[in-house]
Amino acid sequence: MRKLQFRGKSKLFELVGEKIISITAFAALISVFLIFLFIFKESIPIFTDSEIKQEASVDKMLFKQEYYEGRQPRFSWQPNSDVPKYSILPLFIGSFKAALIAMLFAVPLAVGAAIFSAEFASRRLREFVKPIIELLAGIPSVVLGFFSLIVLATFLQDVFGFTFRLNAINAGIVLGLAVIPIVFTMAEDAMTSVPGSLRDAALALGANRWQVSLTVVLPAALPGIAAGITLGFGRAIGETMIVLMASGNAAIISGSFVDSIRTISATIAAELAEVVFGGAHYSVLFFLGTLLFILTFVLNWIGDYATNALKLKYQGRVK
Amino acid sequence: MTGIQLSPVKESSPRHNIHESFGRKSSGRIPAGLTATAVIIIAMMLFIILGNIVLNGVGVIDWKFLSHPPENGMEGGGIFPAIFGTVALVLLMTIAVVPVGVLTAIYLHEYTSPHSKVTRLIRMAINNLAGVPSIVFGLFGLGFFIGFVGNGIDTLFYADEGPVWGQPAIIWASLTLSVLTLPVVIVATEEALRTIPREIKDASLALGATKLQTIIKVVIPNSLPGILTGAILAISRGAGEVAPIMFTGAAYYLPYLPQKLNDQFMELGYHIYVMATQSPDIEATKPILYGTVLVLLLLTFMLNFSAIIIRSKMRSKNAH
Repeated sequence: MRKLQFRGKSKLFELVGEKIISITAFAALISVFLIFLFIFKESIPIFTDSEIKQEASVDKMLFKQEYYEGRQPRFSWQPNSDVPKYSILPLFIGSFKAALIAMLFAVPLAVGAAIFSAEFASRRLREFVKPIIELLAGIPSVVLGFFSLIVLATFLQDVFGFTFRLNAINAGIVLGLAVIPIVFTMAEDAMTSVPGSLRDAALALGANRWQVSLTVVLPAALPGIAAGITLGFGRAIGETMIVLMASGNAAIISGSFVDSIRTISATIAAELAEVVFGGAHYSVLFFLGTLLFILTFVLNWIGDYATNALKLKYQGRVK
Repeated sequence: MTGIQLSPVKESSPRHNIHESFGRKSSGRIPAGLTATAVIIIAMMLFIILGNIVLNGVGVIDWKFLSHPPENGMEGGGIFPAIFGTVALVLLMTIAVVPVGVLTAIYLHEYTSPHSKVTRLIRMAINNLAGVPSIVFGLFGLGFFIGFVGNGIDTLFYADEGPVWGQPAIIWASLTLSVLTLPVVIVATEEALRTIPREIKDASLALGATKLQTIIKVVIPNSLPGILTGAILAISRGAGEVAPIMFTGAAYYLPYLPQKLNDQFMELGYHIYVMATQSPDIEATKPILYGTVLVLLLLTFMLNFSAIIIRSKMRSKNAH
């Protein structure tokens, strides 16, 4: 009897424990859902509130231009002027400009370093490459932003004579440093997960090491490298502190890489603390947050898809 | 059979041309050098950044700097309140995130098949959570924790007072960070769970222990190094994040240390941001600024370094 009782108790214990574990496991899923829900919720007035719609409807944020006498009409983001202007185009262009420079700078370096580490480096050299990337990944973005603002901006201006000390190039380079670890890790993972039999086959056919890398390993690992670039781009678009500190924060539409820029993320960070709770400006900032969330969500999904495709292709290998 | 006839293919193949142009002896030496250059450039930039910060910051750090509050509008004194706030922030965050992260990892690894729909959905959520921009977490913390939870508590229990919980506070900042670092803890714990041999779990089950008993007495103790690694990496990540805490609790300057969960606090990263961008006299602030950056760097590097050591020990133990 006592034994039975014990079993009954332990069964209840078992059941409760399992329920707690399985409910907790949904925390991540619920978080993602809540994040979207609560950010989107605050931006709903843009679509419903007639007063706010007069200042900032989706239509106005995208297409409204300001006309001044004797000047070209332009899209402007001036939320604090007497007549607030909420054109989000300059912010989008700013974000993409910074991310583009970051990728142009980071991808060749990160993929090059990944090829070196996966294909050419001896074991001892690899033990030297990995900690470098780990150290770089460990630098907080506010420290990178600080370096860009205090040291790099002055250096670049002295050397190249830029009109604006804080500009897209300056922010983009340091943003690239934040992206390198992501692209490197994904690319290196992809290359080392190419089955050895493929390499051996190519070597047996008489190819040399570089040919094996270029014509066998790289094409096979391409989906993984593409995934790394996609995720890196997502990080570059969403990164806040670096662009907030180093980009100059001027909402200008221009094709030049040496003009100041204002990104979506930096705009939210700089302006949210001073807005009226529930006003048009407040809703627009949350709307920008929603767009940022959706954008990175899609980029992540694409990256995930590519990684999984690669894993499926070489599933014979147990990780 | 045709596939084995190599020579005609070789004749016309573009690969053959690459082969020729490098020649057999120097095969791949030039491209290997090119990729090595990428590594050298990255290493040099890292060296310049770290070197600049260490050289300019090391002279500033002394006991007074670490133990005193700022003076003269941030141009003198120390950074003790910011260190205190950062430590309190990440401790609260750890308390919130580690149990949730560990239980999620256990559920994914022990309770469901890796190919079930639920697992795939949760995994997708974890991956997405890891990719959400940190500023979006800041918006979330403001909208959900302060606006919804905090205001909700206020209307229920403190209806006739001013905002008690519905305002920026250390508890909301740390909860926001715990959502941000959840993927870090889950991934590290899962890695540890994967290294536990099946035989140990089977032995425990064969002796009559239930699944939950096995998890509590065998699985969790054996994955402790992994859980610790996850916690350390989460702390290192959380200590460096600024964007999520800007609106959820960090303050520019406070004359007192946070005492209660609903107090605001100073934080190292935010302190750096404010000093670097809003100082009226940047030259006068620079030494303190460099000192603060160095302290934050040392903190995150020491954490990362210990995580690497624990992890490599865990791996070599399991390799035998």
